[in-house]
Amino acid sequence: MNGRHTLRNSILLGLGFVLMMAALFMVFVYVPTEKHSGIVQRIFYFHVPVAWVSFLAFFVTFIASILYLWKREIKWDAVACASAEVGVIFTTLVLITGPIWAKPTWGIWWTWDARLTTSLVLWLIYLAYLLVRRLANEPTQGARHGAVIGIVGFIDVPIVFLTVNLWRTQHPTTIVFEGGLTTPMLLTLVVCIAAFTVLYILLVVQGAGLKSMEANIRYLKGAMQGE
Amino acid sequence: MFVKIIAILWKDILTEFRTREIIVSVFVFSLLVMVIFSFAFGTGVDITESIAPGILWVALTFGGVTGLNRIFAVEKENSRLEGLMLCPVDRAVIYWGKLTASFTFMLAVAIVVTPIFLALFNLPLFLPGLALIIVLASLGFAAVGTLFSALAVNTRARDIMLPILFLPVVVPVIIAAVKATAPVLAGRPWADMLIWLQILIAFDIIYMVVATLVFGFVVEE
Repeated sequence: MNGRHTLRNSILLGLGFVLMMAALFMVFVYVPTEKHSGIVQRIFYFHVPVAWVSFLAFFVTFIASILYLWKREIKWDAVACASAEVGVIFTTLVLITGPIWAKPTWGIWWTWDARLTTSLVLWLIYLAYLLVRRLANEPTQGARHGAVIGIVGFIDVPIVFLTVNLWRTQHPTTIVFEGGLTTPMLLTLVVCIAAFTVLYILLVVQGAGLKSMEANIRYLKGAMQGE
Repeated sequence: MFVKIIAILWKDILTEFRTREIIVSVFVFSLLVMVIFSFAFGTGVDITESIAPGILWVALTFGGVTGLNRIFAVEKENSRLEGLMLCPVDRAVIYWGKLTASFTFMLAVAIVVTPIFLALFNLPLFLPGLALIIVLASLGFAAVGTLFSALAVNTRARDIMLPILFLPVVVPVIIAAVKATAPVLAGRPWADMLIWLQILIAFDIIYMVVATLVFGFVVEE
């Protein structure tokens, strides 16, 4: 790791820390409690940014997968894989925070609504993605297979969303707050989204760096054994 | 190119005639799934619209995934896959040959399984609407399944890899097929199933194009 990377990571880490602290302050102190749904509504500032990051992560995996198959540079595969890992973790968080919020608000843990179902299907597709990578016979095969699933899986997202939307038309149009978002709420949401996005970038940069190093070590080991 | 696709299809049909490895076992398996589900849900007159389409599609989906697993697994024996890859044809041709073979086998199973299903549930046997849904859904299954079958066959734990990959991706096909089958079984007009047929057609086209583009990367050595 050279100096430029260390500097970049330090900046990301510092920015992420400041934003995350600001986000926590805004969620728990600054923003007023929403009057209809009460205190539980504050999970919104966690749930929405996490959901945004999970979609962003799978989109990045999609783009990086295309670039990997096209350019065959190991760094794109490292980005795709690291992003998918973060995406699966964040989708898991979405699927946990969603029901926690839904139970007191809608009175149910789960509904087969388009957004929920799409998140669940996405989670299953990218779990398969990670499994395929782990169960590949050799790393380059895993990279190729992963890239194909990263592309094929992401294309499924709009189709699943459309289909489930038609399938379950009693979509609760997610009226969480009557009268929309007030300015403090919107401001808090923006800061939270920024904080989680920076966290995502940091995690992917670190994860991709780690994977590149692993690939490097594999290469050096191979070279030492005279392959 | 068309001739080459037919050649691969013909090779698979000929092998199937001689070994009877895929169609018969998938047929028995689909039938069993259907019977087990009928026991699990009970069979009343009132369930025709709510449960019957689900039973049919669970049987065809699980039967389909079993057959799709075999379509490349049989090629693993005696290094037949290497032989196939050495053919002086484009990788897309191999994909289409295998796709038409999977599609043909799935239809062959459905042609026998579906009338048995209709008889078991005392439904009319002649349903052109249902035939259309089965053709479109099988094409979607085959388009995605052939790609993933080629992928899964080269991984460890390959038997479980295909269902794990295949089932989440074909969720739209399963939903659309079930929702389109319900009005057909209830004898409602075609207009009720139009939107679902459109989804099936869109899915088929999208995945045939995308899979043709990426298939080469899957089988690359």
